[in-house]
Amino acid sequence: MESIRDKVAIVGMGCTKFGERWDMGVEDLLVEAAYEAFQDAGIEPKEIQAAWLGTVFSGMTALTMSPLGLQYIPMTRVENMCATGTEALRAASYAVAAGICDVALAIGVEKLKDSGQTGVKGPAIIGDNPDGTSSIGSGYSAPASFAYLGTRYFHQYNLDPDEGKRLLAEIAVKNHYNGSLNPKAHFQNRLTVEQVVKAPIVAWPLGLFDCCGVSDGAAAAIVTRADMAKNFRADPVYLKGLAVTVGARQGSMRQDYDYVHIEENVLAARRVYAEAGISDPRKEISLAEVHDCFTCHELILYEDLGFSPRGRAKEDIDAGTFTLAGELPINTDGGLKCFGHPLGASGLRMMYEVYKQLQGKAGPRQVKNPRLGLTHNLGGNAGNGIASCVVVGSERSR
Amino acid sequence: MAGITSIGAYIPMYRLSGEEIGNMWRAKGTTGGKAVAGYDEDSVTMAVAAALDCMKASDKGPDALYFATTTAPYKEKQHAAVIAGVIDLDRRCHTADFTNSLRAGTTAMKSAVDAVKSGSAGRVLLAASDCRMGAPGGRFEQILGDGAAAIMIGSAGVIADIQGSYSLFNDFTDEWRTGNDAFVRSGEGRFVDEAGYVPTMEEAISGVLKSCSLKPGDCSKVVFAASDSRRHAHLAKSLGFDKAQVQDHLLADIGHTGTPAALMMLVAALEEAAPGDTILFANYGDGADAFVFRVTEEIGRIRGKPRMGDRLAKKRSIGYGTYLRWRDLLPFEASSLPERAEPSLAARWREGRTVSALYGVKCRKCGTPQLHPIGQRIRVCVACQSKDEFDAYKFSDKTGKLFTYAIDHLQPTKNPPGLNGVVDFDGGGRLICELTDYDLDKVAIGMPVAMTFRKLSQGKGIVNYFWKATPLTQQGRE
Repeated sequence: MESIRDKVAIVGMGCTKFGERWDMGVEDLLVEAAYEAFQDAGIEPKEIQAAWLGTVFSGMTALTMSPLGLQYIPMTRVENMCATGTEALRAASYAVAAGICDVALAIGVEKLKDSGQTGVKGPAIIGDNPDGTSSIGSGYSAPASFAYLGTRYFHQYNLDPDEGKRLLAEIAVKNHYNGSLNPKAHFQNRLTVEQVVKAPIVAWPLGLFDCCGVSDGAAAAIVTRADMAKNFRADPVYLKGLAVTVGARQGSMRQDYDYVHIEENVLAARRVYAEAGISDPRKEISLAEVHDCFTCHELILYEDLGFSPRGRAKEDIDAGTFTLAGELPINTDGGLKCFGHPLGASGLRMMYEVYKQLQGKAGPRQVKNPRLGLTHNLGGNAGNGIASCVVVGSERSR
Repeated sequence: MAGITSIGAYIPMYRLSGEEIGNMWRAKGTTGGKAVAGYDEDSVTMAVAAALDCMKASDKGPDALYFATTTAPYKEKQHAAVIAGVIDLDRRCHTADFTNSLRAGTTAMKSAVDAVKSGSAGRVLLAASDCRMGAPGGRFEQILGDGAAAIMIGSAGVIADIQGSYSLFNDFTDEWRTGNDAFVRSGEGRFVDEAGYVPTMEEAISGVLKSCSLKPGDCSKVVFAASDSRRHAHLAKSLGFDKAQVQDHLLADIGHTGTPAALMMLVAALEEAAPGDTILFANYGDGADAFVFRVTEEIGRIRGKPRMGDRLAKKRSIGYGTYLRWRDLLPFEASSLPERAEPSLAARWREGRTVSALYGVKCRKCGTPQLHPIGQRIRVCVACQSKDEFDAYKFSDKTGKLFTYAIDHLQPTKNPPGLNGVVDFDGGGRLICELTDYDLDKVAIGMPVAMTFRKLSQGKGIVNYFWKATPLTQQGRE
């Protein structure tokens, strides 16, 4: 089995402003993201040989993509819940690595705010048939499905509720600070720990500011063969590893699952580190964009991704390890929490930030001398979840 | 010999006090309160709870199930069949609904006795349940409560042998509802008493005493229903019974529970009865049914089981606003969250055994019990990945512990916030489900739970029943 390592490079990226884009349809978001990526790569749209669209709810391939104006090239819509954007990148990268095409577009979009509703629609809701045609079960909310982790984590590691809430709040405060330095982020406001702790409860222990934004947005990447990358630009970003894992109902049906980690995350990380040749992720990774749909998930991810020892994320939060100025900055662009979460776009939005950071173009958020960056997504929950991890680097090692 | 072989009852834990209702309407409230079915309960779920309580004290399941109510959720669809599935009876069990009269429970009892005596059934389980409503601001709102009773009739292991019965019908319009009425209507009070209740009950009670050659003084206990305590006391006196003979009517504690009211009193009387006792039992509605029972030595079998006093003690007060919301008496603002799909009839049918009796599977290869989230059945073992190597495994009768939970303020529910938990069953298996009948301040990881059959949602005219977890105390359900 071969590795994707150093076979594919990203040579152009685009990302819209995320938020409540009342003035923009799906087609506007796609054009905005794609044309920024074309310009960034210095190519014409006609140079794209194949495209993959990532979207969960915003349409089907031909209906959604035809307004982009690409002329009779093969296109496919892909879906992998909240990792959908990364799935589009995976498909485009694998096609390039296979030599089927030399220049491919991965683009993700979600238009969540036209629904007139405040949440994300089913079938993501637990208890529905997977195809969304029937709801027999309880129908608890997405925040509740992650709150199970927070409640159990507090219990397992003897955090009293006030202390636990404070820890989660520190994560929200960090991500909002980072997002406030980013004009493309959905929210531009900074928060205090007190504001986060005192916000109305959505699903205990998660309050309003522990939950990510429901946003509109799109992001795009142009990928090409690593050996061709320098033809496009001097500072391409190379794929070092890309791993996806899907659960088999272990978490929701087996008593040996502990609700203080997510096995899908752990295995995706382990595989991507092996593929990228990383043995000490905390030391070797310069920055990470992780799936902070809810603050308690970012807390668990510090441990799942091997950045903090089990049960000891608190020490790193208190030490400021994951802040912009810290040892391993996480969610430097604001994360899902502050940047927003248009499902199909998020994985590519994360990559947009890592790409800019590796090129030294992240402005006030710039991390010093980054070498390797990681993006991570989780769709669903433990046991019926999909985790993805991608590692990219600024240098090609062979 | 034919008679009662086992008894059970269910009282929902919520109480609406007469004082609370009085404060709402600036009127004098009753001194007691009424039992109110939870937002997720109805006549079917309460009948299930009473039936399971009754079956706990019985070695064998029944050959027939009769369900008696005046508040059936469906106008066309048999509820006894729903209940029989939930309590996991054999498919050849004879099922029937008895309805449209407060006498439906005793009518069913008479039919059950006849079925056992004729030999067409060895055991008949009778479950009676009601959830009647009075119009806001009216007298019936104060006095109508919710509850359920279940009685097994059989010929072996009889705890109360039937000595005689006497029934009459009477086409008398005193309390009624048409198909369009949500609330009970009634005739004028003294007319109802003087022309209906008193003479009809007197005739039935005198009739059964005479047929058994008994005098009022021969009865150890007299058990009969009345829609209020004044009426109840008046009839006892006019028939010549001493106060000590008269079984408590429960009206002050739970209100008039309709079809199960007299049967719940009978259950309470039997729980306190001694061998050799003679119990006179009568019920009213479009006529009257009266029975005489002789308590046998077998009554010792039900000693140590829950008593009516224990059931009454598990209670929690609710406010009038909660009552309005639970009973759909006011339109409430719709959730701004995305609407969910309606339950698919085909999907519910495929999941039938899981929806009804909470069946999962146990792997024949690795022995792991497993229960799936409904909507996706188990074909591949979650532990060892064997395919289609399973035996059916029932979870509804298993206790468990709460592994973790979430208090969900977004969940669409008539009782916000929703409480959902991960339940680890004793003996294996895990389910993520809703919880009900809890005290939010006492919910904790590790809390013991039992399963209870409830309504989840209602749409497209389908009542979508499923199981929830409920806190278990050392005495039983909280």
